[in-house]
Amino acid sequence: MIRVVLSTPLRLAALTLAALLFSVPAQALDIEEVTSPGGIKAWLVEAHDIPFTALEIRFRGGASLDAEGKRGAINLMTATLEEGSADLDSQGFAAAQEALAAKFGFDVDDDTLSVSARMLSENRDKAVELLRGALTDPHFDQASVDRVRGQVLSILASDAKDPNAIAGTTFRKLAWGNHPYGSSLNGTEDSVKALTREDLFDAKARVMAKDRLVVAAVGDITPEALGQMLDRLLGDLPATGAPMPPKAELKLTGGTTTVDWDSPQSVVMFGQKGLAMDDPDFFPAYVLNQILGAGGFSSRLMDEVREKRGLTYGIYTYLVPKDLSETWQGSFASANDKVAEAVTLVKQEWAKAATGTVSDKELEDAKTYLTGAYPLRFDGNANIADILAGMQLNHMPIDYIATRNDKVNAVTKDDIARVAKRMLDADALRFVVVGKPVGLN
Amino acid sequence: MRASIATAFAAFAVFQASALAAEAGPVSHFTLPNGLEAVVIEDHRAPVVVQMVWYKAGSADEQRGRSGIAHYLEHLMFKGTDTMAAGELSKTVAANGGSDNAFTSYDYTAYFQRIAADRLPLVMKMEADRMRHLKISPDDWQTERDVILAERAQRTDSDPGALFGEQSRAAQFLNSPYGTPVIGWRQEMEQLTRDDALAWYRRFYAPNNAVLVVAGDVTPDEVKTLATDYYGPLAPSDDIPPRLRPQEPPQLAARRLTFTDDRVAQPYLSRSYLATERNPGDQKKAATLTLLAEILGGNPQTSVLSRKLVFDKGDAIYASAFYDGMSIDKTTFSIALMPAQDVSLPEAETALDAALSEFLTEGIDPAQFERIRTQIRAAQIYQQDDAQGLAQQYGEALASGFSIADVQSWPDVLMSVTADDVMAAAREVLTPADSVTGYIERPKDAPPPAPDAPVSLPATQEVTQ
Repeated sequence: MIRVVLSTPLRLAALTLAALLFSVPAQALDIEEVTSPGGIKAWLVEAHDIPFTALEIRFRGGASLDAEGKRGAINLMTATLEEGSADLDSQGFAAAQEALAAKFGFDVDDDTLSVSARMLSENRDKAVELLRGALTDPHFDQASVDRVRGQVLSILASDAKDPNAIAGTTFRKLAWGNHPYGSSLNGTEDSVKALTREDLFDAKARVMAKDRLVVAAVGDITPEALGQMLDRLLGDLPATGAPMPPKAELKLTGGTTTVDWDSPQSVVMFGQKGLAMDDPDFFPAYVLNQILGAGGFSSRLMDEVREKRGLTYGIYTYLVPKDLSETWQGSFASANDKVAEAVTLVKQEWAKAATGTVSDKELEDAKTYLTGAYPLRFDGNANIADILAGMQLNHMPIDYIATRNDKVNAVTKDDIARVAKRMLDADALRFVVVGKPVGLN
Repeated sequence: MRASIATAFAAFAVFQASALAAEAGPVSHFTLPNGLEAVVIEDHRAPVVVQMVWYKAGSADEQRGRSGIAHYLEHLMFKGTDTMAAGELSKTVAANGGSDNAFTSYDYTAYFQRIAADRLPLVMKMEADRMRHLKISPDDWQTERDVILAERAQRTDSDPGALFGEQSRAAQFLNSPYGTPVIGWRQEMEQLTRDDALAWYRRFYAPNNAVLVVAGDVTPDEVKTLATDYYGPLAPSDDIPPRLRPQEPPQLAARRLTFTDDRVAQPYLSRSYLATERNPGDQKKAATLTLLAEILGGNPQTSVLSRKLVFDKGDAIYASAFYDGMSIDKTTFSIALMPAQDVSLPEAETALDAALSEFLTEGIDPAQFERIRTQIRAAQIYQQDDAQGLAQQYGEALASGFSIADVQSWPDVLMSVTADDVMAAAREVLTPADSVTGYIERPKDAPPPAPDAPVSLPATQEVTQ
C-alpha cells in the first residue's frame, strides 16, 4: 500500500504523530511486556471479549534509510510487500487475505515502517503464515514491481499538481535540503524509474531487521500464543539493518516563499524550529500549542482567522518532533484575495504568543482538554495497539500512562512564558504559499 | 497494492466496507412522547460516549434555488442559543476533553460529540438546547456564509475531480434533487440569508424529526432518564412535510460529458447507472447490488474489473465499482476507471464495456463469492470493536426512514443473496440507456503532459463543518 501522507497536508501526519505521543491509555489498561522464546519483545493487552487480535509492528528508520541515489526504494519496497510470496502471486495473496478476512496494512513514513494486522481468532495461524510470507519472503517479481512503480509514478504526477503536496515539498526542501527529510519519500520520477528488484531486496534488508523492531498486540491472544506467533512471524528477519540516518539540520529562515499556482485559493504552510520529545520544555510547549492553534474552535488562530473574519475554513498548528529534527508548524488555506490578511494575522498572533502571556482560563481550558481527551483515544483494539507501538518508539516507560496527565497538569504560566520566549519567533516563521496570492509581500 | 490513487478512490473503499458491515452488540431503542426516537449501543470497554443527533432533513429536502441551506444551517447551529454564546458548545466540549462536529448529506444532517462518559449530561443538555432555541446574531450569519463559500472553494472549486463529480451527478439526476450538490451551487449560496436559515431550522429541527443515538459506556436506563429530562420538554414541529421529492423520469438515452481542466493530469472515466435504493422492509435488491459492487470492483486485486482491466489486459491502473443503497430515492451504481499510461479514455471505455459484457456471460467465480460471504461474517466481528461506527449505521438508517429491525437483518439479507440473484441484478442495472459516462481530462492543447492533479472522485456525499 502506498503512503498517502505526502499527498495530504502535512497537518494530518503531524496530528497522527501527536496522537501517538499523547494518547495514553485509561488507568484500567493492563499492559504486559512479553518476550518470545526467540527473544522478540512486545507489549500486550489481553482482551478476549471479541474474537480477533490487532497487531502493530514497527521498524525504526523508515524511508530515511534509503541508500544514496535510491530515493523511493523503501517506499516502493513497502508497497510491494503484499504483492506475492511463497506459492502465491499478487492476486493469490490478496485472495488468500480476503478468504481469511484478515486485514494487513503496510506503510512507511520518514521515521518508521509500519505493518498492521487484524486477524480473526478462528483462523489466526493461517493469517500469520500469510503475513509471514510477505514479511520474510516477498517475491518482488518484476511484473509486480513494475505495476506498483506505475502507481508510485502516478502519485508523483498527482503530487506535482496538488497544491498541498507542492506546499509540503517546498517546505521540506527549504527546511532540510539534501537530508532525506528534505525530499519526498516517494522519490523522483527519475529515481523511481531506475529502481530494480535488487534495489528492493536491498531496501528491505536496510530497514526490516530485528535490531530496530517494535511490536504491540491487543486482543484475543495469550502471552504464550503471542510469543510463539512473534517467533514464527518475525524470527527469520535479519538481525541487523543499515546504520540509522544522521540528524537533520534545520535550515529554515524567516520569510515568505510563493509558488505560483492557478487556483482560486492559496494553500499556506508555515513553520519554524521546534522541540524534541525529550526536551524538558516539551510539555509546556505542547500546552502552549494547544492554546495557539491546535485547539480547533477554541484556539486563538481559529478564533481570529476563521470565527471573527471568515478568512479560512480551518487553521491549525502542530509540534512535529520527528526522530531527526523538530519543527513547530501550521497550515491553512484562504481565498487569494484574503490570504495576505490571514498571513498578517498569523504573524501577529505568533508574536503575541511569543510574549508568553496566556490567561488563567486559557491554561485551564487547555489542560482540561488535554487530560480529558486522553481516554477517548482508546476505543478499539487496533487504536490501542498503535498507541502502545508509539510509546515504545518514543522510548516511553511502560507505566508512562499513569504519569502523563500529571505532566500536563504540572505546566505553569511561568513554564509557558519561558518556552514561548525561548522558542516562538514571528520573524523566524517561514511561510510557503501556493496559489495566486494578492498583495502578499 | 491498493489506494495508490488514494485521494481519488478513498471514498469508495470506505463506503464499501461500511456497506458490508452488519449488526451486533447490545442495542436498545425507545421513543419519547414528543416523538424523539433514541437508540442506545452499549460498549463498556472504555469510559467514553458518543452522542449523535440526526435530523431527517438534508440537501434533497431543500427548496429549489436555495441550494446549500441545509449545510449552511449546520454551520449556524454552532452560533449559540438563548442561553449559549456563539461557539460555546464546541468550546465547552473541548474544554472537557471531547470533540464535536457535524455533517450534512442529501437525506440527513447530523451532529455529534465524543466525550468522557460522565459528561454525557453536559453534552445532552447543550444538544437539546440548540434543537429548539437557536439564535443567529446579525453579525454571525454573513461571516459564516463566507466560511461556507471558503469551504466550497477548498473542497470543490480547487479540485477538478470534485467539480467533475458535481457535473456528473447533475447529468445523472434530471429531476431528483440528488443532482444538486450538498454544499450548494455557488451563486445560490451567495444569496442565502439568515431568514432562509431560520425558516429551515424552525421547520425541521424538532424532536419528532430527529433520531438520538448514544453509544459507549452507558446503560439504556441512564440514557432514557437523561433524554427525558433534556429532550422531553421540547415541543414537536407541526410543519414537517412528507419526504416526497421529485422523482427521476425513466432514463431513455445514455448521457455523456467531458470535463476539461488544466489541473488534471491523470485522466479517468466514471460511469454511473440509475439504481434502486435500499427500502425499509425491502432490502433484498439493495443487498444484491451491494454484492455486485463488491464482486465487480470492491477488492483492487481480486475483483472482476481489477482482474480483467488492471491485471489481465493492463488497460487500466485502477478500477472500482461502488453502490450505497442507503438513500431515500433512487441512487446510482457507479464505476470508475483510470486508464494506463498509453490508453486513451475511449479505448478504456471500450475495454470496460467488453469486461462488463464478459462478466454477464461468464457469471461469478464461486470462490470469489464465498470469500465475500466470509467478509460479511467477519464484518460482524470487527465492528463490535467500533461503537462509533455502529452509532453511525443506526443513525443514518433511522434518519433515512429504516427501522432497527431493518438494520439488524441487513447481514442476513446480504447472506441470503445468491450468485444468480447478483447476475440478474447485473443484467438489470448495467443498462447502457440508463447510464452517464464522464471523461475528465486535460485540454488537448495543454502544456506538457505528465503531472496530474489530485483526482478525487465524484460523490463526497458529506460535508463536514
